[in-house]
Amino acid sequence: MSEQPPATFEESEEDTANDTVEIETETEIETPVSTGASSVIRALEVAGVETCFGVQGGAIMPVYDALYDSSIRHITMAHEQGAAHAADAYGIVSGTPGVCLATSGPGATNLVTGIADASMDSDPMIALTGQVPTAFVGNDAFQETDTTGLTAPITKTNYFATDSDSVGDTVGEAFAVSGTGRPGPTVVDLPKDVTNGQTDREPGKPRTPSTYDPPTEADSEAVEQAARTLERAEKPVILAGGGVIKGEASEELREFATEYDIPVVTTMPALGAFPEDHELAMEMAGMHGTGYANMAVTHCDVMLAVGCRFDDRLTGGVETFAPDAKLLHVDIDPAEISKNIAADVALIGDAGTVLEQLEDEMERAPDIPEWNDQCTTWKAEYPMDYAVPSEASSDDSPTSSRTPQDRPLRPEFVVEAMDEATSDEAIVTTGVGQHQMWACQYWTYRHPRTWVSSHGLGTMGYGLPAAIGAKVAEPEKQVVCFEGDGSFLMTCQELSVAVRENLDITVAVLNNAAVGMVRQWQDAFFEGRHSASQYPWVPAFDKLAEAFGAQGFAVHEYDEVADTIEAAVAYDGPSVIDFHIDPGANVYPMVPSGGDNGQFALSEDQL
Amino acid sequence: MSGESDPQQVNGLQGPAPEERPHPSGRRNSQGIRIDPEVEAEPAPRRTVISALVENEPGVLAKASGLVSRRQFNIESLTVGTTTNPETSRITLVIEESEPGIRQVEKQLEKLLPVISVQELSSDAIRRELVVLKVPGNEPDKVQAVAQMYDGTVLDAGPRTISIEITGDEGKIDDAIDAFQQFGIRELARTGQTAMARGDVWTTDVEEERYERMHEDWRKQSTTANDD
Repeated sequence: MSEQPPATFEESEEDTANDTVEIETETEIETPVSTGASSVIRALEVAGVETCFGVQGGAIMPVYDALYDSSIRHITMAHEQGAAHAADAYGIVSGTPGVCLATSGPGATNLVTGIADASMDSDPMIALTGQVPTAFVGNDAFQETDTTGLTAPITKTNYFATDSDSVGDTVGEAFAVSGTGRPGPTVVDLPKDVTNGQTDREPGKPRTPSTYDPPTEADSEAVEQAARTLERAEKPVILAGGGVIKGEASEELREFATEYDIPVVTTMPALGAFPEDHELAMEMAGMHGTGYANMAVTHCDVMLAVGCRFDDRLTGGVETFAPDAKLLHVDIDPAEISKNIAADVALIGDAGTVLEQLEDEMERAPDIPEWNDQCTTWKAEYPMDYAVPSEASSDDSPTSSRTPQDRPLRPEFVVEAMDEATSDEAIVTTGVGQHQMWACQYWTYRHPRTWVSSHGLGTMGYGLPAAIGAKVAEPEKQVVCFEGDGSFLMTCQELSVAVRENLDITVAVLNNAAVGMVRQWQDAFFEGRHSASQYPWVPAFDKLAEAFGAQGFAVHEYDEVADTIEAAVAYDGPSVIDFHIDPGANVYPMVPSGGDNGQFALSEDQL
Repeated sequence: MSGESDPQQVNGLQGPAPEERPHPSGRRNSQGIRIDPEVEAEPAPRRTVISALVENEPGVLAKASGLVSRRQFNIESLTVGTTTNPETSRITLVIEESEPGIRQVEKQLEKLLPVISVQELSSDAIRRELVVLKVPGNEPDKVQAVAQMYDGTVLDAGPRTISIEITGDEGKIDDAIDAFQQFGIRELARTGQTAMARGDVWTTDVEEERYERMHEDWRKQSTTANDD
């Protein structure tokens, strides 16, 4: 966590006319506003934006021209998708909206994956897209796409700028909406005539519209009812979701859990919301969650869920999800209440505020020593002890005479070794696939905003551009990126950006020459028919890294792991380690899609 | 964390197998509601009217209809038109959903930024729909008679075609269409339902306050005008 609170979103007291939220920032006025484009950039400056990510192009050129005079740092990405993911990660790590820019047409469509990703994960992000001049809109002009139409379902809201005078305020509103309440991406589409048009109007501070009024405190009767339910619980569990991190409520969560001794399970986006080395931590639940987390979720009688949306990867089949539990659901978005799992008590409000309300209302702790013992027993019964081939683990002084084939490298071992070699505050980013799950399971997350991944959308290739965004947001922290060979190949061109900007990030490619998660499912559910999942043509990632100007390493054996990681982490600049892992390694525990969390499989024969 | 094991068992973890584990007794239905053994009925879908007051800005209708389609809400009709305030429009949706589905439609609509207020109307709300239908013109007397039965208005009549407008609630429109089938309806256009709360009830919860504010402004304006 950074010392500096990411943003101060405060209710404006002077403004009694409506309930807008104004964002307090400090800025120095530089050149006066002269065009719509300079008003756009001024709006970003007023919002406190320091960095943006983007790619140049025809219709966005006026905005880039205005950016030329600004102190805002621009990082040119290799591809617009990379710009969106970098801005998304910047938003996750900093807590303030990340900004990305792209031109019209393909620029905007290339952003779409990243915007959808931010939308699914409720990440604060604002995308500014160029557009053909207003007079050409609808005529299928060169590089014209209906950007607001395309992004309507994947944004919190979007805007089509209509005049040069108000465009700055529109950008400010988009920024304020993105970061306020339940965060989410916003888009402002900027026709070239609007950005080129003359105006001297200085945009005001970013503020939300009067129709937008996110709740803060939960209804006091609901809080009372929730407290009474918790006090009487025999088997309570706290399910912490990503909203705990977005709502800056990790501290309140820890206080609440430790005061009443209630075990804490996290969803995947909530990794780091509760320290995983704490005795109450049951870690991640769901499809590839720990056995003990899934046992606790399945057998609890009261579930206090904070800021989560009960995604199917968490619940498995809803029929068997926490079937005996009364659900006390805290969320800032009323639409999440009873969307997938019916809430018995709806606590609509800000995560930290509601946890404090609950703590004030609680008269006694639930009497649950047996349940706590049960949770401890489950931890012992279902350890996350992966099996290392016995030749390797029984031999204290491994000899180098063994061939790599005799001792296939376990990916879990690599993740643990990376964790050991880096600081507790290091930020982890990932792509999507098996490597992502191992990074969830075998890295010990202790702090919020140290886990950056594509949860809801599952975007392969997310890891590297996200690492760039994370490193730019937190230059003092170590950034580790786990990727798979299939996932890394989707965005590896962004290495050119990491090299150009000299970003000290360490990429660990867990290379099994396959899209491993698909291969694992084919083995389990498609009779081992490996249709299009094997990658026998995988490039040498160490050499690829060197071609980009990064430092490259390749690891085949256990005894190379520690030294190579040390060298890669020590290297001042981007480095890539190509770990040739056991191609047969699979992710367990596993709850098959739509299955019963309590029936998680520990190996393929249990599926 | 690494343990030793048989190389055969490289893929997998230790612990009691699924069949060796305890099972909870409860269950939820497909809507995530805990099943109470005494009341196990799944909520049945019902037809209802949702009224949404929205900012009258470009794209708001697209946002509302896009939301309905992408979340697969079962929609019967959607109408839109301006209100007394030129800055706001009213969207009226007729949906057929179970209770949780209706609550989701309300809450998801409410989330759209240009949406000011959303309300499900009670069953006694005023609901009206308009249909225009065109039938062959060879039996004008009979057509006229049926039109009268449904308080219809003849909009256009000629030797070849007669066009009739009928206004009413959904049931009346359905019945009227049935009655005109005997002539062979050539073309038909329905508006979909629009609706308003009955009596001294505001259609959505913000409208009273908005009405008061607007009238305050009018009063001020007329006072100023009189002063001049």
